[in-house]
Amino acid sequence: MKLHEYQSKMMLRDLGVPVPENGGTATTPGAARAACEALGGRAVLKAQVHTGGRGKAGGIRIAESPADAERLASEMLGMLLKTHQAPEGLRVETLLIEAPLVMTREFYAGIVPDRSVGRNTLILSAMGGMDIEAVAAERPEAVARERIDPALGLRPYQARRACVHAGIPEELIRGLTPMLVTLYDAYIRLDATLLEINPLAVTDTGALVAADAKVIIDDNAMYRHPELADWNEDAADNPIEAEAQRRGIQYVHLDGTVGVMGNGAGLVMGTLDEVARAGGKAANFLDVGGGARADVVQSSLELILMNPAVRSVLVNIYGGITRCDEVARGILQATSAMEIDVPIIVRLAGTRAAEGAALLAGSHLTPALSMQEAAQLAVDAAAGGRVVDG
Amino acid sequence: MSIYVNTGSKVLVQGITGREGSYHTAEMVRYGTNIVAGVVPGKGGQVADGNVPVFDLVSDAVEATGADVSIIFVPAAFATDAILEAADSGVRLIVAITDGIPLQDAIRLRPIVRRRGAILIGPNCPGVITPGECKVGIMPGEAFTPGPVGVVSRSGTLTYEIVDSLTRAGLGQSTCVGIGGDPVPGTTFVEVLRLFEDDNATKAVVMVGEIGGSDEEAAAEFITTMTKPVIGFIGGRSAPPGKRMGHAGAIVSGSSGGAEAKVHALREVGAAVADATDDIPALVARALNG
Repeated sequence: MKLHEYQSKMMLRDLGVPVPENGGTATTPGAARAACEALGGRAVLKAQVHTGGRGKAGGIRIAESPADAERLASEMLGMLLKTHQAPEGLRVETLLIEAPLVMTREFYAGIVPDRSVGRNTLILSAMGGMDIEAVAAERPEAVARERIDPALGLRPYQARRACVHAGIPEELIRGLTPMLVTLYDAYIRLDATLLEINPLAVTDTGALVAADAKVIIDDNAMYRHPELADWNEDAADNPIEAEAQRRGIQYVHLDGTVGVMGNGAGLVMGTLDEVARAGGKAANFLDVGGGARADVVQSSLELILMNPAVRSVLVNIYGGITRCDEVARGILQATSAMEIDVPIIVRLAGTRAAEGAALLAGSHLTPALSMQEAAQLAVDAAAGGRVVDG
Repeated sequence: MSIYVNTGSKVLVQGITGREGSYHTAEMVRYGTNIVAGVVPGKGGQVADGNVPVFDLVSDAVEATGADVSIIFVPAAFATDAILEAADSGVRLIVAITDGIPLQDAIRLRPIVRRRGAILIGPNCPGVITPGECKVGIMPGEAFTPGPVGVVSRSGTLTYEIVDSLTRAGLGQSTCVGIGGDPVPGTTFVEVLRLFEDDNATKAVVMVGEIGGSDEEAAAEFITTMTKPVIGFIGGRSAPPGKRMGHAGAIVSGSSGGAEAKVHALREVGAAVADATDDIPALVARALNG
């Protein structure tokens, strides 16, 4: 789950990380005005959307007065913020209102798992405020890394070493070292899979402050973070994904026209690739999981069809613990419960495939023998080609 | 020969009385796996699946039965502890089927399990099978048949699909290992490839990778030292960056983890990479005859 900046800062502040003075969030221009007033008349308004590059796109503005804050907020709220990371744009619904900082330097600090060694890694650079991947590509020596032993945590000497290697000015190392340790401790406490402070600001008074914060929480660890459960509600990027989450189904929204359902993440990924190879584009990733019952299959088909872009549906099942007859029953339940105006191509293999096929015989579903054939039929159907009725 | 498991393996099941645990215990027994014990805290003294004794503690089960392999079905919130208990009780091979173990737990687990001299396969994996001998996992046994092809994979169902096509093409398997779809697996491709390289029964290896991380790139580097042919397949080639495709580990982040780089790394070292799962049997047959 991605936290918004204001959520990340709220959690980090509670765990001892210095953040800018907070005027709260605003969803109306009036609230932005009041927050600016409470901060003493000047404020930064920051759009709370999940993308980098907000500043350039007009998602971060400085208000010189409460009236200014109200005016800027009325422009920003409801706008579609288009950035290089989100070219289609993200709707701004919430603003974070903070006291402005006077930054004299900008650093980058991040903690992420290094999958190649199975350890968390501290990444530090004196070149903050930029895309860290670009910095690492152009000037690898400007980016310091420290692998962290999970039993020991980030040790102060490692934080210090990272500071030295990153070229942090001598006089700031004493203050930055404990802040980096605090960031690591927060990362672990939150069960994060990413914590990024960019920029980590040095202010005109010499203070170190997390001017921005990005935190992603491990979905697998949500069970031990009830304090974050409320935010999970609106964390999904898309309304169908949110609905799928409520139904406990793994659904990822994509931008094609072929709806895809399968069992097992690997098989579904393979199916999406086959759709692409056949010249089409998948509208979604949906994994019904292992041993799915008919009602889950029906519910999954409903989800896929909530997407108006879907022109055909491909169901690809390799039955191990999943029984093909159960899947067939679920599809039939769905087709009799709702009006479906797109062709459905079904490929069943493995456990009880013959029974499943027998159930589907005589229905208006299109059977396919292989994954490749199914993908081709689904792509042709989505493109408007004729599908032979079963 | 084979790797990890064979007819001599004595298997205990942690979480044997749960819905998944009991169903798959019966399936493993039906396949011929020697299930010697179950462990469920608070249910010691009971009997599962007809005649399998259940213990409260893994250490008791190991002492009483000599179990050297454990398969774990306990729910995610308890699975980390179950893995540590197995490692602490002298179990040699731990196969964690459980999906949903927090990443930070996986990071903490790995060095501890290794220090105990144990091997962890998974979590979030289908397990290990040496066809005709021993199945320690949830895969459909009928799809597998003994033969010379080693299979190692990050995925479950996609692997059944591939193995099924190998079997239908008359290409049996020595051992099939599902290392799981999590970002920090207990066992990596390289470790399995090393065992296949040293295994007399294995003549060629099929490696099924997917987007996310750099385990396939590391494998490519190791393949340069191997004498046996490796046939690769990479799932998720059409997946857009930043989207997690079901498996916790299947995500292209920024410039890392993309399918293209993996395919390229494998081809660079002379491994054949199949564009479609359908092409795999022919590539394997060619490698075996070549």
